[in-house]
Amino acid sequence: MERMTDNTVVLRNVSKVYRQNAIAVHALTEIDLDVPRKDFMCLSGPSGSGKSTLLNLIGGLDRPTTGEITVDGQRVDQLPKGELARLRLHKIGFVFQAYNLIPVLTAIENVEFVMQLQGVATAERREKALQILMEVGLEGLESRRPGELSGGQQQRVAVARAIVSEPSLVLADEPTANLDSKTAENLMQLLVHMNTEHNVTFIFSTHDKRVMDFSRRLIKLRDGRIVEDERRQ
Amino acid sequence: MGITLRFAWRNLWRHPRRTWLTASAIAFSATLLVFMITLQLGAYDLMIDTSLRVYTGQLQVQRTGYLDKPQIRSTIPEAASLAARLRGAGFPAVATRAQGFALASSGSRSYGVPVVGVEPAHEKEVSTIPGRVTEGRYLSDVRAQEAVIGATLARNLKVKLGDELTLLGSGKDGSVAATIVPVVGIFESGNPELDRHFVQLPLATFQDVFSMGSDAHAIVLSGLDLRTLAQAATRVEARLPKDQDLVLRHWEELLPGIKEAIQADMVQNWFTYIVLIVVVTFSILNTFLMSVLERTREFGVMLALGASPYRIGSLVMLESTLLALLGILIGMGCGSGLAVYFHFEGFTFPGMAELYGQFGLPGVIHSKLSFTTLTLGPAVIFVFTVAAALYPALRIRRLTPVEAIHAV
Repeated sequence: MERMTDNTVVLRNVSKVYRQNAIAVHALTEIDLDVPRKDFMCLSGPSGSGKSTLLNLIGGLDRPTTGEITVDGQRVDQLPKGELARLRLHKIGFVFQAYNLIPVLTAIENVEFVMQLQGVATAERREKALQILMEVGLEGLESRRPGELSGGQQQRVAVARAIVSEPSLVLADEPTANLDSKTAENLMQLLVHMNTEHNVTFIFSTHDKRVMDFSRRLIKLRDGRIVEDERRQ
Repeated sequence: MGITLRFAWRNLWRHPRRTWLTASAIAFSATLLVFMITLQLGAYDLMIDTSLRVYTGQLQVQRTGYLDKPQIRSTIPEAASLAARLRGAGFPAVATRAQGFALASSGSRSYGVPVVGVEPAHEKEVSTIPGRVTEGRYLSDVRAQEAVIGATLARNLKVKLGDELTLLGSGKDGSVAATIVPVVGIFESGNPELDRHFVQLPLATFQDVFSMGSDAHAIVLSGLDLRTLAQAATRVEARLPKDQDLVLRHWEELLPGIKEAIQADMVQNWFTYIVLIVVVTFSILNTFLMSVLERTREFGVMLALGASPYRIGSLVMLESTLLALLGILIGMGCGSGLAVYFHFEGFTFPGMAELYGQFGLPGVIHSKLSFTTLTLGPAVIFVFTVAAALYPALRIRRLTPVEAIHAV
């Protein structure tokens, strides 16, 4: 059941325990979090602090051991597989650290791919893809395959792919980790622009102090717990 | 071309060498199947045609029940006239026969044999026996007092050309049928049974000896196209007198052994083909499985983006269909080329002419070209190949996005 709320993401008492050779690893412990609409939030913390696990749970890529997760009014932790896939398709965009573009598709085809899954008509999705690629500064590179693009350009394609279907939420797991500092800064400016122009909630994770500075809210995690929740200007 | 089709086609060419190797395996097996099936069916046609030409013919008009119980009383009245009417209706080869049983005796030996009365002028059109007389000559006239006999029977009876043969049997009316005729020819039909037993007399002579009047036992038709035999049979049946209890027999009823032998051979050959197809299928399964395993991470990303496992599985199935089609089209092209060549030039190997000649078969087989022979083998391979992709495609259902994305 879809419920309208002011928060894009709500987590209540969320824990995630992995089993590794009969040993319980507590990746997340009793997380409570509200992420308002249009927020631009950064998750930071050392490796193993639970950043990626938290993003995976919010994105419905994994299920919590206990607790409730609501995205755009829908209980992610209770949805069956098919419904979860539909939620990801229509409501959530992903940007991965390793870009993860489909290597045999061109830049524009990668962007069109999600819209094709949504059943958008060919002409409409082509027009939208061209527009968003222009917006991320890749005009003229539409026909190039990922192997023919730089890391920064590939990540821009990934951002375009995540945003093109106008999701409520974009999750970016260390989007700048494979980029040099200049390119990383440009990318973050692009994400801020997308957040402002497209009214999309952004949650991203990073280690990088300079990247954190772009966020309006910084959540620090340590050993699977939120240790700091800082609002910034 | 839709994005999914483009996607599938490009995925095939991520590893061109692997794709070509797999397509080559499919193409090779398709080529082999087209070549072997066309040759096999060509050989069956040759076997049927040769067997029917020796003696039986393609169709026979008989009295109902004669096939199961060949009694001398089960006759066709005025058979020669009916045969003449059929010739007049455009049937190319029609001959009348009568058959009885007699004790054939030479000076020193006796054997019970079938005696066949034939029209010498028309028998040549429906049987190869007149052309396979190895000593002497064939029967000269429908009223001549003479006989031709099989080579093995001649040896067994110790009969030579010009020797007299005494025939003693029972006529249609129950009277004694007896005659003495000189042997004017000895034949080697290529069919051991015929050579061991058969005695042929001119039809009128036979009818006199066996008190048949103008009756006979069979009207044999030949020279028809086997593919349109059913239509020809309908035309014959329409011309049979309705008041004489006659029936038209097809070659499958007259020589059931040929059909059974062909079916047995077909089963044996298909077993070999299926083994070949299964071996190729497993190599293809291996390719598809590798292709899916190495793309686990990519499938994980697709799942994360909202693609359903069914959709990704469909993509894998589409890739396998394209690969199978590529191999099959190449294979059908090569196989059809070989089949067309051997259809016109004929297939033979050293010693084949001598080997086949013993059985009265020509020493060359012509491939049979038809839509079925050219497509049957490749169609079976296609089904197996696409089925082979089902397992890797179904494995995708077990993937979870988070594990798949982190796959190496």
